[in-house]
Amino acid sequence: MNDLETTITGLLSDTGNSSDRLLQYLCTIQEIYSHIPEEVVELLAEKLHIPPVQIYGLVDFYSFLHREARGDYDILFSDNITDRMLGNQALINSLCNKLGVKRGEPRPDNRVTVDVTSCTGICDQGPAMLVNGRVVSRLDEERIQAIADLVEAGTSLANWPESFFVVEDNIQRRDILLSDLIFDGSAIENLLKNGSDAILEVLELSGLRGRGGAGFMTANKWRFCRDTEADEHYVVCNADEGEPGTFKDRVLLKSYADNLFEGMTLCAGVIGAKKGLLYLRGEYRYLVEALEETLQKRRDNKLLGENILGHEGFDFDIEIHLGAGAYICGEESALIESLEGKRGIPRVRPPFPVTNGYLEKPTVVNNVETFFAAAKISVLGADWFWSVGTEESYGTKLLSISGDCSRPGIYEFPFGVSINEILEACGADDVQAVQVAGAAGTTIPPQEFNRTIAFEDIATAGSFMIFSGQRKLIDMVQNFAHFFCHESCGLCTPCRVGGSLMKDLVEKVIAGHATRYDLNEMRNIGLVMKQTSHCGLGATAPNHVLDTLHKFPYIYEQQLAHAGFEPAFDLDAALGAAREITGRNDADAHIKDG
Amino acid sequence: MNDAVPEKKLKLATAALCGCFGCHMSLLDIDERILKLVELVEFDRTPLTDIKAVGNCDIGLIEGGVANTENVEVLRDFRRHCKVLVAFGACAVNGGIPAMRNQFDLQDCLQEVYLDGIGVENPHIPDDPEIPLLLDKVHPVHEVVKIDYFLPGCPPSADTIWIFLNELIAGEAITFPYSLIHYD
Repeated sequence: MNDLETTITGLLSDTGNSSDRLLQYLCTIQEIYSHIPEEVVELLAEKLHIPPVQIYGLVDFYSFLHREARGDYDILFSDNITDRMLGNQALINSLCNKLGVKRGEPRPDNRVTVDVTSCTGICDQGPAMLVNGRVVSRLDEERIQAIADLVEAGTSLANWPESFFVVEDNIQRRDILLSDLIFDGSAIENLLKNGSDAILEVLELSGLRGRGGAGFMTANKWRFCRDTEADEHYVVCNADEGEPGTFKDRVLLKSYADNLFEGMTLCAGVIGAKKGLLYLRGEYRYLVEALEETLQKRRDNKLLGENILGHEGFDFDIEIHLGAGAYICGEESALIESLEGKRGIPRVRPPFPVTNGYLEKPTVVNNVETFFAAAKISVLGADWFWSVGTEESYGTKLLSISGDCSRPGIYEFPFGVSINEILEACGADDVQAVQVAGAAGTTIPPQEFNRTIAFEDIATAGSFMIFSGQRKLIDMVQNFAHFFCHESCGLCTPCRVGGSLMKDLVEKVIAGHATRYDLNEMRNIGLVMKQTSHCGLGATAPNHVLDTLHKFPYIYEQQLAHAGFEPAFDLDAALGAAREITGRNDADAHIKDG
Repeated sequence: MNDAVPEKKLKLATAALCGCFGCHMSLLDIDERILKLVELVEFDRTPLTDIKAVGNCDIGLIEGGVANTENVEVLRDFRRHCKVLVAFGACAVNGGIPAMRNQFDLQDCLQEVYLDGIGVENPHIPDDPEIPLLLDKVHPVHEVVKIDYFLPGCPPSADTIWIFLNELIAGEAITFPYSLIHYD
């Protein structure tokens, strides 16, 4: 056996040799070899009894897996609009120049790759990058120079200055959820004492709704799942916090993981699950070590494992699964596909995961914040929870605030808080627009700043990006259009093709060649995407364009060409290649305007 | 002076850009109905009349995508002269078969055809100024001029063309039975 074969065989025997774990194997292999070598694909295919194309299908689907080797230092700049507002483009160019490397291509000596990736969830401490999966925050020219030097010197990541990797929790406002955080099994004790019906009753009374944005009643979800007969039930925590501008889960996972695991264990006790899965986005891989430690500590304290707290037959444990850079896996059925080691393509729903989820078994999929809140409610009671909030939205919401304000960070506000109040709290003035709920969310103009964060008004998973009067809002539209084009899973035409057409039209606007005809095309394409896409990604992808066309028409009108129609591309430039090949430069080798 | 002025016929022009002429063949497949068509329209520039320059027309049908300078010139000329311009068939609508070259560099295409291809004699990439220069990619017509109607199909069937022209000429909304616009 050669080295490679030994590694793969070891990997498979460690974890039970199953194609459900394919994505996890590939994540590990990518980490070791900085790509997925052809020999590995063949070996895995043989050992798992699956065709090689199934493996290539995954490699090509997930952004963090590669067929070709990356550099020893695989540097990915976060490229959310908030990173751009903090000047990441200049820093990317600067690092590329210093290292003599082209974006996206490994340097010939394979020392380094510099590329961009979608939002990494460090928007409050950006601009940020990932270096071999570790976050470097607060980038500036000085830090870029230091990084270039460390890369050239071949310094191991372990010896880079610790200060580079600091990501603070940055909690700016606490309310009921983030205060009094002591969780040492009290929720589980409560469950063992009072039974699952009592827990469901408290959750129902509390009116807790899913914190991922959709707002389904948590008690109902748990009850439906429990009442679906099956030999196995599963608890899944959606920690694929990919919505651009969201980073609250980063904080909960880093500093309050105990509370999260308590919530998952509580859910397991209620629905009768033996196994829980935490689906962690690949961008948060740097949190794995600490999370594993917390899990081990809970096992040691009999809060996980067999006979939890000495209760005969209450067995439950949690496994961490990594994502690999696919926004779509935040959609719960795509997430489940990904957990099963497949491409993250959303399933046809119904049936819903509560009846047919992970491995087709009844599964509760909840957001990190939902499990967190459920655990606290079960201990502190429904009254405690509805001491704040609105009639249809009890409790509080964690907001991830970034962009143009003096105090970005995590803010816990009771539901019903107005945009104005939030802006005042985080120190934002001269605000042109707020993008609530991420790239897929809503663009809010100043005349609507009295609207509120609540399920009955603006529902959100927490992303809150602020744009001052100095910003060109079309830059946001451009950033989001590219984002959705990149993140479409490719299954359905409206999203795959519509997203691409939308991106091209936005670029046409920016290049100053668009006319009113093109703006109408954007409206039409957007409506088709909304009406006919397979899942929520495609249905929400045109929101930013439709919202801004409607509420911020000036950002387009400033850029319009005066003609009634303009071609989609530069006709004369399109002849450049042929001119060069034929050596012609006569009048007929050019196309004039009009 | 009291004689009724005969109702003026609409003028129809057609052109084939980078296509296979299949859409024009399909137009001919309306068979004897072409006798009815000429009662409704007068043909201007079209391969059927061999008129070379397009005059002011009511309707223009464009077959094929845009692959070279001549295609651009003809297409723009049609846009200037036709009140209603129609992307006629798959190549005009989305580039079609010729657009399959878009995934290769132009250099590689020409190299294969004129230099390295089997049976090539006197290998030489044509550079005569008489020959229209190629665009680096083949484009659908709506990326070069404004298009009013898109008639899909490879080719659109004779019945589709017939219904389309009749309804357009009558000033009605264009509607097709499902059987004419499903392609599987």
